[in-house]
Amino acid sequence: MNVGDALPPLEIEVTRTLIVAGALASRDYQDVHHDPEAARRKGSPDIFMNILTTNGLVGRYLTDHFGPTAVLRKVAVRLGAPNYPGDTLVLRGRVEAVDGETAVVRVTGDNGIGRHVSGTVTVTVPAGGAR
Amino acid sequence: MGDDDGLDDDLHARLKGYEGRPSTVAGAGRDPVNAPMIRHWCEVLGDTNPAYTGPGATAPPTMLQAWIMAGLSPHTGRARPYEELLALLDEAGCTSIVATDCEQEYLRPLRPGDEVTYDSVIESVSPRKTTKLGTGYFVTTRTDVRVGPDLVGTHRFRVLKYAPARRPAKPPERRPRPVVNRDNAGFWEGVRDHRLLLQRCADCAGLRFPWLPGCADCGCPDWDTVDACGEGTVFSYVVLHHPPFPAFEPPYAIGLVELAEGVRMVSNVVGVPYDKVRIGMPVRLEFRRYDDELVLPVFKGVTA
Ligand SMILES: [Zn+2]
Repeated sequence: MNVGDALPPLEIEVTRTLIVAGALASRDYQDVHHDPEAARRKGSPDIFMNILTTNGLVGRYLTDHFGPTAVLRKVAVRLGAPNYPGDTLVLRGRVEAVDGETAVVRVTGDNGIGRHVSGTVTVTVPAGGAR
Repeated sequence: MGDDDGLDDDLHARLKGYEGRPSTVAGAGRDPVNAPMIRHWCEVLGDTNPAYTGPGATAPPTMLQAWIMAGLSPHTGRARPYEELLALLDEAGCTSIVATDCEQEYLRPLRPGDEVTYDSVIESVSPRKTTKLGTGYFVTTRTDVRVGPDLVGTHRFRVLKYAPARRPAKPPERRPRPVVNRDNAGFWEGVRDHRLLLQRCADCAGLRFPWLPGCADCGCPDWDTVDACGEGTVFSYVVLHHPPFPAFEPPYAIGLVELAEGVRMVSNVVGVPYDKVRIGMPVRLEFRRYDDELVLPVFKGVTA
């Protein structure tokens, strides 16, 4: 785990199912995450992924890479281009700082229309747990 | 997004008065942290981390907010100042809401059986902003999540509360039509059949594109055609940010693509974010239908 290390990218197919199921799994019943007609009335061309699902995917991206002993300390994300059905989200990460067993990883997620998410994750990886 | 005429925004002044006031007091999670919700979450997100299953399981830290979502039930503990703030925004036509930022800190893992409570405060309200979705205000709240007396996580959340931009009722603008004439009609017939035809000089066998009545090298007026195989690379490109044209949504990438056959053509580079297009990037021909009359050859970026 060194500053500058890049995590391998993770591709997520943004299906309608993922968007709706992610909203339900996070108890988010805002209609823009499941009802295309309602989404259009609110200025969006289609339903789009909720922030909790994106947050969860970012967390998964980090623990997939650093393994089950890794502990997430902080996750900070900002959303940009929405994740609409049929798109592909590509998560990328780079270690930005390391302090002992704790790293700050800069994460971005791009889809077909631009930058869906950018943020930082602080993660502790006990010695021997890092890959 | 950009600042609107914030100088004369009385509403913002009123909204700002709510900064520092509570948005939730003694809220309680609807359910204790529990294995079924954890399992649903992991199943949906494709998260196979063994730390989230079996004896001694913990909840994915990023579920923090899920434990305090009201769902379809009334909010518990919602404080009057926040109700007033939302009502002011609703009255101003800012009836829609979308989340833009989430910052969470996890002080200790949550486990099945943990019963969470929470308190939130209105941290800030932005000046009026105009976004693609519409015009409104960013409202930031900060929530402390506890189990018993222990702080287990903090959650800063920013939403845009906005008046939806009116979607034009008229049908979307159509792309400009190609100018088809005697000299290039064969090319457009090929495109209709999803073939990218290059001209080949009958005398010197030189390939040329775009279509011309005669060979620029030897002057021979006779020609036949060959099908481009569809492989190419980005020879050069530009990204158009401004100005917007009807039927085009900036920013987008326009490539000068060098086909495997050696000739170059201009078209859109699609399938990759506009800012990821690079010189030398491999691309593959694709035919896109833009409306019931128009099919165009475009080039899809091939990423490693
Ligand atoms: Zn010739």
